[in-house]
Amino acid sequence: MIRLDHLTKRFDHFLAVDRLSFEVPQGEVFGLLGPNGAGKTTSIRMLTTLASITSGQAEIAGIDVSRNPIGVKRVIGLAPQGLNLEIELTAEENLEFHGRLHRMSRHDRRARIRELLEFSELWEKRNVQVQKFSGGMKRRLLITRAIMHRPKVLFLDEPTVGLDPQIRRRVWDMILGLKAQGITILVTTHYIEEADFLCDRVGIMNRGRLVALDKPQSLKNTTGIYAVICSRMNGCPPRFFNDRDEAVRYASELEGDVTVRQTNLEDVFIALTGEAIHD
Amino acid sequence: MIDTGFYTIFWREMLAIRKKFWKVLSGSLVMPVLYLVTFGWGIGRGVRVGQGNYMDFILPGIIALSAMNSSFNGVSVTLNISKLYYKTIEEILVSPISPWAITLGRILAGCVRGLFSACLIVAIGLILDVNLGFGPSFFATVLLLSFAFGALGVLAAMLTRSHEDMTNFSNFVILPMAFLSGTFFSPDLLPQPFRSLILVYPLTHGSIALRALATAQAVPLSALAVLFGYAVVLFLLAGLSVKRLEL
Ligand SMILES: Nc1ncnc2c1ncn2[C@@H]1O[C@H](COP(=O)(O)OP(=O)(O)OP(=O)(O)O)[C@@H](O)[C@H]1O
Ligand SMILES: [Mg+2]
Repeated sequence: MIRLDHLTKRFDHFLAVDRLSFEVPQGEVFGLLGPNGAGKTTSIRMLTTLASITSGQAEIAGIDVSRNPIGVKRVIGLAPQGLNLEIELTAEENLEFHGRLHRMSRHDRRARIRELLEFSELWEKRNVQVQKFSGGMKRRLLITRAIMHRPKVLFLDEPTVGLDPQIRRRVWDMILGLKAQGITILVTTHYIEEADFLCDRVGIMNRGRLVALDKPQSLKNTTGIYAVICSRMNGCPPRFFNDRDEAVRYASELEGDVTVRQTNLEDVFIALTGEAIHD
Repeated sequence: MIDTGFYTIFWREMLAIRKKFWKVLSGSLVMPVLYLVTFGWGIGRGVRVGQGNYMDFILPGIIALSAMNSSFNGVSVTLNISKLYYKTIEEILVSPISPWAITLGRILAGCVRGLFSACLIVAIGLILDVNLGFGPSFFATVLLLSFAFGALGVLAAMLTRSHEDMTNFSNFVILPMAFLSGTFFSPDLLPQPFRSLILVYPLTHGSIALRALATAQAVPLSALAVLFGYAVVLFLLAGLSVKRLEL
């Protein structure tokens, strides 16, 4: 459904996205995980025709992004990282405008607006100016708007950034609901749990490059499912084991604060790059 | 090249204008009323231009000026904010609507703003009982003028990279045009080469055409032709600038 082939973006002399290649089959939730500045948003902007492609190729639903941008625009939905809602308009008017932009019939628009606002639990707020929405409500409306015209492929750029854990759960439920409808979803995040919980497969990006790509569990298996982590003070590098006893034995040889726990995707990232996602 | 998508863009602008109707109304009144008071009553009391009184002379010029300002500012400021600040333009750019439709929809919204503020001043003129006539061809010319400046507004918003750029554009291009384009005096009074220079401004031709139409003189075909030429060229440039926009 999504195919990238050596997709590259250069700003002057800076390589923001460096020969990114992967494919996402229909119905999959694919995660791009990486620290700030990794190139996640830039990749999405190229895939959604908002940014020009420096070199390489991309296809959405078999349509070439640079050769047929309008064709691509018909089948994609985008919920960008910034909340670009029309804040002077109401929730309903935002969706109405979107439906018109995509040439949905009046009848279809009306039915779909109701269905979606109920789905995202915003129906009661349909006549409220978006200006007065909380961050979580705005985020939900943003995703709702992105799926208004029934796209085949949905791009979600940091869909839960800045939300409290409870609201984050609701957005996750929403995304899984969309997956159940067969929509192919590419989601970017720098939250480890999010990638772990939501995604069928995760691509880990760092400095414009894809450094790993697999199912979350497989990534952890390859690194070692048990992590031995030292406290910052004694500063020994983390080590990974697939055997629990081995991990405990190694930990007991170390001095100071040492933790043995299950490996998470952040550990995988550190093991692959020697850097932390959050610093 | 142009699809019906322009109507969607236009519809969105009308919705926004309706929501802040009173702001738009008062916004389009301040400047022309100040000009009318300052130049019409204040300075203009003793001034005579040709046979008529000064108020009759400047009113069509002020109409041209406010149509220009309302259209240009209405289009450029909202588009600039949408591009730089709210990023709402990206919502339109990821939808299957052509750049030409986006351009046309925005310009038509500028035409509505221009026509609206022209009507306000015509109403003031009628209250002041000026010795002028306002027919359909007068309003059609206002529309043409607003179209050209709406297109310039799109172009300016697309080319500027910051809010300061936009302010500078207004200060260096729009403001001199407002004062020099035969709004307050007849270009015939100026010596060469200034006279020819001022004839480069599209607003000059707007003022000339509107003044002739309001005073029932012969229809100034050359002025209308120049305005039309500006409208076409600026529309093409505006459309190309939207097409080439990369944020
Ligand atoms: N228009 C631009 N001009 C120049 N450099 C840019 C531009 N847009 C992005 N960059 C640079 O490209 C790199 C990748 O940015 P991008 O926004 O894609 O990162 P990201 O992975 O989405 O990060 P975040 O998690 O902060 O959203 C950054 O170093 C950024 O500074
Ligand atoms: Mg980003």
